[in-house]
Formats: sequence, structure tokens, C-alpha cells
Amino acid sequence: MLAFIIRRLAQSVIVMLFVALIAFIVFRYVGDPITSMVGVDTRLEDQEIMRERLGLNDSVVVQFLRFIGNAMQGEFGISYRLQQPVTELILSRLPATIELAVVSASIALIFGVVFGVYTALRPKSWSAAGIMALSLVGVSLPTFLIGIGLIYLFAVELGWLPSFGRGEVVDLGWWNTGFLTETGLKSLILPAITLSLFQLTLIMRLVRAEMLEVLRTEYIRFAKARGLTQRAINFGHALKNTMVPVITITGLQLGSVIAFAIVTETVFQWPGVGSLFIVSVQVVDVPVMAAYLLFIALVFVLINLVVDILYFIVDPRLRVDGGSGH
Amino acid sequence: MTKRFISLSAMLLSTTLIVSQASAETIRWARGSDALTLDPHSQNQGVTHNFAHHIYETLMDRDVEGTLTPRLATEWAIKEGSPDTWVFKLREGVTFHDGAAFTAEDVVFSLDRARSEKSNMRQLHVEVAEVTAVDDYTVEVRMVAPSPLYPNNLTNTFIMDKDWSEANDVTEVQDYAAGEDNFAVRNTNGTGPYILTERQVDVRSVLTINEDHWAETPPAVTEIIYLPIADAATRVAALLSGEVDIVQDVPVQDVDRLTGTDGIKVETGPENRVIYFGYRFGEEPLTSSNITDSNPFNSPLVREAMELAIDRDAIQTVVMRGQSIPTGVANPPFVDGWTEELDAYPAVDLDRARELLTEAGYPDGFSVTLDTPNNRYVNDEAISQAVVGMLGRIGINVTLASRPVAQHSPLVTANETDFYLLGWGVPTFDSAYVFNDLVHTKEGSYGAYNGGLYSNPELDEMIKSLGSETDLEARAAVVADIWEVVKEDRVLLPIHNQVLAYAMNDRITLPVHPENQPMLTTVTFAD
Repeated sequence: MLAFIIRRLAQSVIVMLFVALIAFIVFRYVGDPITSMVGVDTRLEDQEIMRERLGLNDSVVVQFLRFIGNAMQGEFGISYRLQQPVTELILSRLPATIELAVVSASIALIFGVVFGVYTALRPKSWSAAGIMALSLVGVSLPTFLIGIGLIYLFAVELGWLPSFGRGEVVDLGWWNTGFLTETGLKSLILPAITLSLFQLTLIMRLVRAEMLEVLRTEYIRFAKARGLTQRAINFGHALKNTMVPVITITGLQLGSVIAFAIVTETVFQWPGVGSLFIVSVQVVDVPVMAAYLLFIALVFVLINLVVDILYFIVDPRLRVDGGSGH
Repeated sequence: MTKRFISLSAMLLSTTLIVSQASAETIRWARGSDALTLDPHSQNQGVTHNFAHHIYETLMDRDVEGTLTPRLATEWAIKEGSPDTWVFKLREGVTFHDGAAFTAEDVVFSLDRARSEKSNMRQLHVEVAEVTAVDDYTVEVRMVAPSPLYPNNLTNTFIMDKDWSEANDVTEVQDYAAGEDNFAVRNTNGTGPYILTERQVDVRSVLTINEDHWAETPPAVTEIIYLPIADAATRVAALLSGEVDIVQDVPVQDVDRLTGTDGIKVETGPENRVIYFGYRFGEEPLTSSNITDSNPFNSPLVREAMELAIDRDAIQTVVMRGQSIPTGVANPPFVDGWTEELDAYPAVDLDRARELLTEAGYPDGFSVTLDTPNNRYVNDEAISQAVVGMLGRIGINVTLASRPVAQHSPLVTANETDFYLLGWGVPTFDSAYVFNDLVHTKEGSYGAYNGGLYSNPELDEMIKSLGSETDLEARAAVVADIWEVVKEDRVLLPIHNQVLAYAMNDRITLPVHPENQPMLTTVTFAD
């Protein structure tokens, strides 16, 4: 078990190094950071001095090694755009993203399971057909369109909910939360729904398919034969057995919810790491981009590690295999 | 508290006209992006300056007509008997937000800081040799040569308190390569009409009125909540839903709709920024063309044909939805040297344009790549697309290469483009600024954005002479002569001046500022 975890951790480090390297190669093609850092009337020789001072004239390899060296000491440099330490910037934006991700993942999980079970149990009813049709909208409409649509309906036309921002937040020292104020909670509703819609439909379709599968199996028929109530069969036996893949998917999706909240955060001006990243890309703020990509890689690596360990515990067959983890 | 009460009552007593405005008025002001830093000398960028103008002050200011007005300096003149030296008389009785008095040593300190090596304002002060304080309220700036227009360069150079800067170790501007951020990046101490009371970068900033400000009439707005909203649709939605009062960066396609909405009005006005096309000069063949033995752009006939083929009015009505001012000169109308004759442009004449191409030796036209930015100017990519179609009508087959400005701009400065779109603002409001960077041969500190490598030694001499000519009439004559040659030679192919649109709640009025740097002190309320 311990050997397995250590091996996975070593692999994770390689993955992260690889992500950083690819990021640095890509940065070459994003543009010239100096252009966004200076006014157009800055003399070219002054721009050259600046480029030299930032080490942008060095080769990709040198820049990459310097970045890794600094990163190992927990040093990610200063944002070119905001002139503030990158670590501090990302940490200050993280609570907003995590709160949004957790709320939308919960919405997706709860409603996804409920609708999934419902449509599986009553596959021929009109309401189930309606839900299935609507779920197509969820998977096919782009997030920004859903977001803008919700803003126009609930903020502009009805005036019920705010159109942008996070409302008032309460500062707890190491964390700031929007859960404790009325405006904070209200502000959370639209972005959370927007972000959850895709995951919700995904989970719903998964639960429905798994349920239909399980309901056809032998042990459900035996359960019926034993005279168990419909309720006990559906929820005690059928649903329980569909939950394993659902939990796996939800866990993995949590990573992508954090990583791909970028569009939702931009549309709702949500002050999270995603909107920080997108603005940084526009002005080629290399230190922020590099740190963000590394952070997202870390999130995925950690979630995968946890999932792997869970498998290891849950599935005895993996252990018999000499603990190779494959 | 009592002090504030006294000054408030004094304010109320001294003004009878503005009684209805003396109550607290909060304005929520939304823009596309946030100020990058609070350090007033570290970024030469419009949004950052705009925000800083509310907290810090400059020696002189520019009003909505574009003329210089006194701010911390009350008078300025060239020193008698010494044409190299400017003398500035400072306003007395001004204090910084922390209570310290504003004196000449603060100006000396700030100008020296602004022209230090790490400052991004330094190019505006390269001509300065020495700044000295004569007495508490007089400063002399000695230039390396007579610089009759130097005050124009001071409208965005903010004055900091020397003692405060020393106490907080911010006598130098932020160094990007350093590991730590500078205190001045996040803290302020200016003399301006508002005091920064809350700041969350990219989220929200709050500015509260400075009760001790020197201005005789206090501004109607007592509190400003500054809200950056990156997405244009969300920004407009926030105004429609009443969550913000002013939206400064309004997308052109929304102007008509907002104008027609109850409770909202749109103020428009010309911006100090011209959009133009540049092309490669010289004998060498173009790298992106099918013509491999000559450079078609080098022929004056081809350049004329292109001008006749481009329909500026169509670009205005279709691409810009009316929100632009077509022009025949690469010089915004506020700038010294602009005239109506220069501004005139020829009517579209496709037959004549085709004749000219044939005459120039390109009867079948030619092909070329047009480089355009796609996130810098209003509808920049769409303008280029329109021009591709227009030039296609006379047989010039243009391929469009569209990039974000961070990739586009280096092409122009490194002369790696045959044909490009660019915009140019003139912060000094003087033609020399256009000539220095766009027309003068690319050498030394001249011609930085002359990506087409136009070179005319005669013009270069004239341009250089502008820097030190003290006789303003003679200087204006030289400027006019240069413009005539630039227009005759079609050094640049101007399209239009951008128009700014601010949308706001209809109980307030904020006039459009030509440099897109409106002061919220100029907001007026409808009764």
C-alpha cells in the first residue's frame, strides 16, 4: 500500500514537471509580455532593458529551469500585470472558486441522481421524456450562452438576483466566504447553476443508464420475488449498485469543475482563479499562467491519487495483483 | 469627527447653489478592467492613470476639450533669459491625505522618481536634465534643449509625498524581477479629491471624498465604487438591472439599444485615437506577395489606388455602426496641426483605382498578407475584414492574419509585416508625437512604430527641428509642411478616429473625455 502511494506520488511529480514544460513551450506563442506591460510610447531600448531584466531573452530551457528552481522553493514570482506576488494572488482567489465548485458539484450530484432515478423508473412517462429532452439542452448549449441567458432573465428582466460579482464576503482570515451574507448567497445562485448544468445532465444520464441496467439483473428479480417493497428494491438495492461509477465520475469531475470554471467566472465576473487566469492570458502574464497551470495539474493529480487509493481499498482484485496498481 | 463636521458645515454655508447635491451621493462605476497598480509611476496605461487621477494629482490637467488646465501648478512659463528652463508655480495650502503639506520638494522628488530607470513614465521626461526647488512653491525644470511643449507631457505624471515615500521605502519604482511587491503598489497617499478606502484587485475599490481637498466647489459625487467587469455583455446587463450607474466601456453594437432604453442614456464623443493602415516602403519585394521582383506598395500610384478603393463611410456605417469619425489624416482632431483640409478624404473611385494599378505595372493586381490585431481597438478585426473585401474589388488579393495585440505589436516594431493595422493616440496633443514614432526614419529613439520603414531624410530634419523650436508660429508652419508631405506621400492610410461611448443612469451626466480618462468630479446630477 505504502509502496503503491509512493510510486503514484513519484509519477505525479513527473506529470507536473511535464505540464510545466509544455506550458513554457506554449508561452512562447502567446505573445510578448512586454507589449502589455508598457505603453506604446515606451522607447524600444527601454523595452529591451526590461526584457533583459525579466530574463525573457533566455532560452525556453533556461527560463523553465529557473521557474522550476524557484517553484521548488515555493517562489512563483511577481505578476507582470498586478505587480503582486503570484502565490498570494492565487490564494486570495481560491476561496471564490472552491465555493462555487463545491456548490455546483452538489447541485449536479443531487439533482442529477434524483432526475436520473426518476427517468429510469418511469421511462415512458411524459415528464421523463421532458427531462431527457431538456438535458440535451444542458449538454449542447455552451456555458456562456446559458450564463448570459440566466443573467438577462433573472437579473435584468425580473431583477431577483445580481448579475455579477460575489456580493459581500466575510473574511475569516485565511478564507473569505460568501456563505454568510444574503448578497453572497444570492450571488452564488446563477453562476452555480450555470456551472452545474453540464455535470448535472452528465450524472443524470449516467444514473439513468446504470439504473436501467441494474433493474434488468437477476438479483432485482429475486428481490421482487422475495416480495420486497418497490421502494426497498429501487433505493436499497438498485440505486446503491449504480452509485459506484457515479461517485467516481463526480470526484473526477470536481477537478474539471475547478479547472474549467473559467468561462462561468468570466461571464459572472466571479473573482476566482479562473477569471484571474483568463485576464492573465490576455496580457501574457507568464508568472500567473505558469503557477495556475501547475496548480490545476496538482488538483487533478491529487484527485486521481485519492481515487486510485479508494479503488485500492474497495477492489480486492487490485491487491492480489501484487500491489502494482494496474 | 468635529473637524469633519465643521468643514462640512462650512461647505454648506459657502455654497448656496449646490444645496441639493450636498447630500451623500454614491456612484457605482463599471469598466472592462481594473487599474493595474496604485504606484503612479510604474505603468503608463490609460485605465491605471484614470483611476489614479482620483487619488493623486498632476501639475496640470487636461479638460474634456483637450486644453491644459492648472492643477497642482497654478502657472507655468519658460524662464526669462533661459529658454531651456521651465518654471512652475505651485498651489499653496494643499495637503496630502495623511495631512502632510505639499511643497516643491515633493514635486522634485516625484519628477525624479518618474524619470528613474524603472519608471514607465520615463519616456515622457527623457529631455529633462535637472529638477530643482527654488523655494517652497516654485520648481524649475531644466531641459537638455529648449522644449516648448514639455508641459503637455505632465498630465499623467502624479505627485507623491517625499516623506511618505521615504518612510515606506518606495523611493524607487517596483522592480518586476524583485521577489517582493512595493508598498506603493497597494497603498496611496495623494492630494486628490478622493481617498482610497477599500481595494480588492479585479473586484471592487471604494473611493471616499477628501473633505480637505483644495478645490473650491466640492464634487457632487461623495463616494465612488469602482467595479471592473470583464465581460461586455455582463457589464451592460449590470447597468440595465440597475446594479451600476456608469459603464465606461460600452461595446458599439449596444449603443443603439442602450440609447433606446428607458432610464439610461449614452454620452458619445471623439476619442484621441486614430486607426490607420501601414505598409512596407523600399525597393525590396514583399515577403507575403506573389510579386517577387518589386514592392508594389513602394509605388505612389498603388498607394493612391488603395486609398480610392477603401470606402471609409461604409466602414463607419456597417462595421462601426456609426460610432466612428472617418478621416483622411492620421492625426486626431484635438491635436495641434490638425486641419479640415487634411482631414478630407477622396470619394471611392474603383475605375480610377484599377487604372492606377495598371499604370503602376500591376494590371492583374497582386497578393499580400494583412496583419491585424483582434483585441486592441474597437472592432479592429472587422475593419480589416472589410478592407480585405474592398481591396479585392480592384484585384489586390489580401490574406488576413489576425492575432491578439501581444503578438501583433512585436511584428510592427520588428518590421516583420508587409501591411498592418494600428491605432495611435496622441497624449501630448501635439503632431510631433505622431511624426517621431510613425514618420521619422527608424533609428535610435525615433520611428519606433514606423513598421513600414518609410524614410525621408528631408522630413527627418524637419521633425528633429520641432523638438527645440521655441517660436511657436514658425513651429506650426513646419508642422503644416510635414503633414502636407505625409499626406501627399500617403505614408499612412488613415481610416477613422474612434468614438467613445459612456452609458449611464439618466439622472447623472458624465461628459466624454478625449483620452478616455473621465474624472468623476465632473459628474452632474439631474434634479
